[in-house]
Amino acid sequence: MVFSVNHPLLFLLALIPVVGVLAQSVYFLVKALRRGREIGMDAGKIRKTVRTAAIFTIAPAVSIVISVITLSKTLGIPLPWLRLSVVGSLSYEAIAASNALGAMGLELGKVGSLTAQQYVNITLVMTISIMVGIWLVPVVCKRLLGGMSRLGARDAKWADIFQSAMFIGMIAAFLGYVFCDFSRLWAPVEGYSPTSGLVPVCVMAVSAFVMLLCGLAMKVLKWSWVNDYALPISLVLGMVSAIPITAWLG
Amino acid sequence: MRDTNTYMDSVHRDGRIWNIGMMLLLILFPVSVAFLFGAAPDWGALALGLLATAPMYWAVGIIETFTFVPMLGAGGSYLSFVTGNISNLKLPCALNALEQNEVSASSEEGEIVSTIAIAVSSIVTTVIILIGVICIVPLTPILEAPVLEPAFAQMLPALFGGLGVAFVSKNWKIAVAPVVLMLILFIFVPALNAGTVGIMVPVSVLFTIAVSRILYQKGVL
Repeated sequence: MVFSVNHPLLFLLALIPVVGVLAQSVYFLVKALRRGREIGMDAGKIRKTVRTAAIFTIAPAVSIVISVITLSKTLGIPLPWLRLSVVGSLSYEAIAASNALGAMGLELGKVGSLTAQQYVNITLVMTISIMVGIWLVPVVCKRLLGGMSRLGARDAKWADIFQSAMFIGMIAAFLGYVFCDFSRLWAPVEGYSPTSGLVPVCVMAVSAFVMLLCGLAMKVLKWSWVNDYALPISLVLGMVSAIPITAWLG
Repeated sequence: MRDTNTYMDSVHRDGRIWNIGMMLLLILFPVSVAFLFGAAPDWGALALGLLATAPMYWAVGIIETFTFVPMLGAGGSYLSFVTGNISNLKLPCALNALEQNEVSASSEEGEIVSTIAIAVSSIVTTVIILIGVICIVPLTPILEAPVLEPAFAQMLPALFGGLGVAFVSKNWKIAVAPVVLMLILFIFVPALNAGTVGIMVPVSVLFTIAVSRILYQKGVL
């Protein structure tokens, strides 16, 4: 059988884990919905959670499709489709593929067409390197969450603060990341305009402002429905604002 | 009505089965390709490739597991670590759902809300990627249009701007110190960039917990 990175068999092989991921998601969704009903959770709130999660996911998912397109130019369609439907990201897959090819004395993007052996090496490096979370979660999840429960039983207030601190810590790291190119203002980098580091900062500010407006609409105008869409609205408007802001600041 | 412990036990049992099953399915892909196309791996190059890639990603994977599991809950963790895109999609989605429903992540309601949000997000993502793959020829010129490029390049700032307002405004006493620290570090340490933000998340989380503990003990929180 002659190998090609877009061989129909590869699509079929990639489809199997993709269906597995879908099945796992549906299984946990049904399990949580049933348990929610059992303990008498408000059906309206659950519907709202489903709706908001689905709407919120659209824009980030489209950006994942763009990553699939980017990687498909060198790796074909089936492998990026599989890798980005399960654990994976554009930067990770590109680094793993580049390292796997580099070990064979080749360079990603400069190989005319991959051989089956090169392809197998790339997929093995990608798969084995990123597997940690999948097996480690079953090993430590119960113990970690048990620890959190014991903390809650000992001191409920501190447990709540602890949980909020974890969320805030994660958000703070990403807020810091938004400013990572800010120093271009006084330390220019070749190929970038000095103001280019302000683009993510301005986009973040637009998104934050939209979120504030949504909060105002809820409080002043009593538009409670805005609550369901506040995050997706601020995300999409923030992304849209990046187009003129980038044209302006570079 | 089953009690909470029984439900949680069943989530852990099912999660373990699903994750190990998914792990086997993922390994099956390269093994099947090798078998069907008669192409054994180049073992020496494989070892070198793994040596260059695996240690860094294993370290990040271990840190991410210990950082994200307490935030995602049980069902959310088993799902998120299979479907990926945790910090840029699954965790914000779960946080937003918890916030909207005004439930604590550590309660059973929180566990259910978080699992539902992450499961729905995973299904929508998988379906959109599938549509993207099926329609890749007509979609490529649209999604790769230069005019749209900045919008997708700035997804994370747009996401964390909104999320930051929602969370920081409600927990500003906890947020001040870590936000200031992260701003200083990311602005003045050139090595910190998009590639290292994943490593900075646990650093920031640990720092925030330590500051919160001090504030709690002093009666500020």
